[in-house]
Amino acid sequence: MKTVVNIRVNGVEQSHEVEPRTLLVHFLRDCCRLTGTHVGCETTICGACTVLFEGKAVKSCTLLAVQADGSEVTTIEGLAADGRLHPVQEGFWERHGLQCGYCTPGMIMMAVQLLERNPKPTREEICHAIEGNLCRCTGYSHIIDAIEYAARKIAEVKK
Amino acid sequence: MSAVKAKGYFGKPMKRIEDPRLIKGIATYVDDITLPGMLHAAVLRSPYAHARINNIKADAAKASPGVVGVFTGADVNDKCGLVPCASPMPDSKIPKHTVLASDRVYFVGHPVAVVVAVDRYAARDALDFIEVDYDPLPVVSDAEKALQKDSPLTHPEFGTNVAFTWSVANGGLNAAFKRAHRVIKQRMVHQRLTPMAIEPRGCVAAWHAGEGTLTLYTSTQIPHLVRTLLPGMIGVPENKIRIVAPEVGGAFGSKLNLYAEEALCSHLAQRLGAPVKWIESRRENAAATIHGRDQIGDYEVAVKKDGTLLAIRSKTLADIGAYCQLNTPAIPTLTGLMLTGCYKCKAMRMDVVGVYTHKMATDAYRGAGRPEATYVIERLMDIIADELKLDPVKVRLKNFPKPTEFPFDTLTGLTYDSGNYQGALKKAQQISNWNKLTRQRDEARKSGKLFGIGLSTYVEICALGPSKMMSAGGWEWGCVRIEMSGKVTVITGATPHGQGQETSFAQIAADQLGVPIEDIVVMRGDTAVAHYGRDTYGSRATVIGGTAIVMCIDKIIAKARKLAAHLLDTKEKSVEFRGGKFFVKGKPKKALTWKQLAPEAYVAKNIPKNWEPGLEASSFFEPPNCTYPFGTHIVAVEVDRDTGEVRIVKYVTVNDCGYQVNPLLVEGQVQGGIAHSIGQALFERTVYDENGQLLTGEFMDYAMPRAKDIPQYLMDSTVTPSPSNSMGIKGVGEAGTIGATPAIANAVMDALSPLGIRHLDLPLTPEKIWRAIAPAKVK
Repeated sequence: MKTVVNIRVNGVEQSHEVEPRTLLVHFLRDCCRLTGTHVGCETTICGACTVLFEGKAVKSCTLLAVQADGSEVTTIEGLAADGRLHPVQEGFWERHGLQCGYCTPGMIMMAVQLLERNPKPTREEICHAIEGNLCRCTGYSHIIDAIEYAARKIAEVKK
Repeated sequence: MSAVKAKGYFGKPMKRIEDPRLIKGIATYVDDITLPGMLHAAVLRSPYAHARINNIKADAAKASPGVVGVFTGADVNDKCGLVPCASPMPDSKIPKHTVLASDRVYFVGHPVAVVVAVDRYAARDALDFIEVDYDPLPVVSDAEKALQKDSPLTHPEFGTNVAFTWSVANGGLNAAFKRAHRVIKQRMVHQRLTPMAIEPRGCVAAWHAGEGTLTLYTSTQIPHLVRTLLPGMIGVPENKIRIVAPEVGGAFGSKLNLYAEEALCSHLAQRLGAPVKWIESRRENAAATIHGRDQIGDYEVAVKKDGTLLAIRSKTLADIGAYCQLNTPAIPTLTGLMLTGCYKCKAMRMDVVGVYTHKMATDAYRGAGRPEATYVIERLMDIIADELKLDPVKVRLKNFPKPTEFPFDTLTGLTYDSGNYQGALKKAQQISNWNKLTRQRDEARKSGKLFGIGLSTYVEICALGPSKMMSAGGWEWGCVRIEMSGKVTVITGATPHGQGQETSFAQIAADQLGVPIEDIVVMRGDTAVAHYGRDTYGSRATVIGGTAIVMCIDKIIAKARKLAAHLLDTKEKSVEFRGGKFFVKGKPKKALTWKQLAPEAYVAKNIPKNWEPGLEASSFFEPPNCTYPFGTHIVAVEVDRDTGEVRIVKYVTVNDCGYQVNPLLVEGQVQGGIAHSIGQALFERTVYDENGQLLTGEFMDYAMPRAKDIPQYLMDSTVTPSPSNSMGIKGVGEAGTIGATPAIANAVMDALSPLGIRHLDLPLTPEKIWRAIAPAKVK
């Protein structure tokens, strides 16, 4: 028995008929064809599937699409929607914050939330914020550098 | 060309060309591929480590909604060949490892049946309707127990659990041990590790019935080797197979294999006439993608009282799991070859026994045999210093070959190409503020703290390697084409999966051709584009693949010089090429650029006599030797007496990988490698219980480092060029993982030394340290 789920994804109304058990990440990837959100563990540990759900960073692999019905979701594809990179994306590029890129969308979404809540985080605060996001390539140092870069960039723009 | 002084693009810390698609979420990994009519496969795996399969009932699964087919070993094993092992030893006993289990399963995760359905949910649902009648059989999950007389057998048909034996020896071992002032013995366990790339494995197979051709998109490091090996399994000839490695989400050696599922999906796509996708779950990845390490060694060193190393002897058990994947037997041989590390030694011997147990196969995991060697020799250096009451720095300096002794022939038959081990050590000591650091340790100890300093001076073998060392060729292939527009296409047979060669190869090509880097596109990972290649592993891609590209460009320049001479109405030898321009010597104003030459080369109306149109060249680079990067890690740690927790308070590393094409990428590789070492040294261990059940089958149970576990690094490099290639480069992908682990271990053991604790095996978890401290405290 399928049900219609309506989610506003990156500012676009998405309406798809899915099984009630469909995970949000599969709604995004399979129905909306937004494949930037990745699946790494299916158990909320690795954070590769992190998206902004009503503005909050959540793991979309353990949220049902029906739970997100009527809500607003931002994925990695929605960050540079106006064609310009978000400062966090820019930071990851400038500071070599990624290698294989698989964890990167989730890591970036988590960092976006961090900087919205705490515009001037310390390295410790950054580490704490991305504790739920695993990266096996970079060894995290450059990711932390990237988020610090983004924080500075956002502060400059606000001046 | 220099790592320090950037000239052109080479040596510049440039941000990566591949990044925009990755940070925007618009790159294409294998699970992002959807083909018309595509079906989804899910694999049923054994819950037992060892069992007889009496019967499989699949009728209910076949009737499950959306299911197209259910296949067992009886359905596919006669049509789909055995999973290959490319590096058997002369005495290897290789079990017939079919793509699906036939009458017996021999590790948890062993594929038993496959469901193909219209979507991934339907496929997974149907797995629950397959009834397998198993008779559990006795299990052995411990290599030492596996060698006992009454042990259960992993493969009863062999009558033994010994999979193979291998030895390397040189020099007068007995004489050296007799001559020694001291013989020091230590047993060390190299725990089993799980690579855990964040993207699990997966593939999409498409059969093109009209042409009789197969396209396999697969998350692999080795599309070319898969293309070489797959025909033997599925009966489709090599020239009708195209392998595509799209974006690959991390590998670390775990995707340096041809796996059962790749062959199975290729077969099923052909059989069902529809594309078949299979994406591994994390639990499957932990259980049925190769593991790494898992050696147990008894080591003995013979030393003089001044710390001079005379000989090293090792008896090693390699617990290889239940069968041989592509390179399983080769891994411990790399340990043997590098066992003497960066030290002179008079004699050595290593005897390896490969042992079958009811566990997943081991194979190449980042470092692949070399981390074991470095860990052993660097731990032994510290133990020697400790026993002889010598300074660990001085013991190392005493045994290093001098920079003038390179090329340096080792006892194991290798020739270290170039080195200055003293230079890297000295620089690391300077950066660490060594004297102050040792005073800090003294003061910390006075105040009752457990503070330790650890050192590792490593050398590794990279750029694998000359073809005579490799089972399927050790060259690399490249192709460079100046397009008609003057734009440049660089094609490499290497298969980067995060290392950044789309950038570093563009840097190399831009300098050599004298064109802006924006004019260059680097293509890789598709056998229809990169016709030949030996792919990416063993820190080989930049060195061997990059040199192949330089060779292509040399050919193109030589060819273009003839065309330029013709167009400039002069002799070939009068033409100079500089800064991307061809001109008559001394007359640079009247020059021809690539953009001017290229259309002439392709329109071909005004070309020299007997000059073949086009500006394209391909090359195979056969390296004359491997390369031997080296360096020093200095780590300071503090151990919490109450919890056993290790905190890294200082981390210094100086690495020498010859000239650096892109120092930013080098830094990234080193840092990433060290993170794997932090995991190995402090947290990670793949655990099977005595029944062969995998207890670390999830990220929840397998403790990989998180951001908070990473120290801030003080990093630098020295530059000792390699004479083995024209760019003087060495490779760096595994350096961090090879060099760092012993430095961290040595630091922790130094911290615990006041308690009389000499050695603990990795990982040095808080619990293990706390348990070791507790009785020591009572003393």
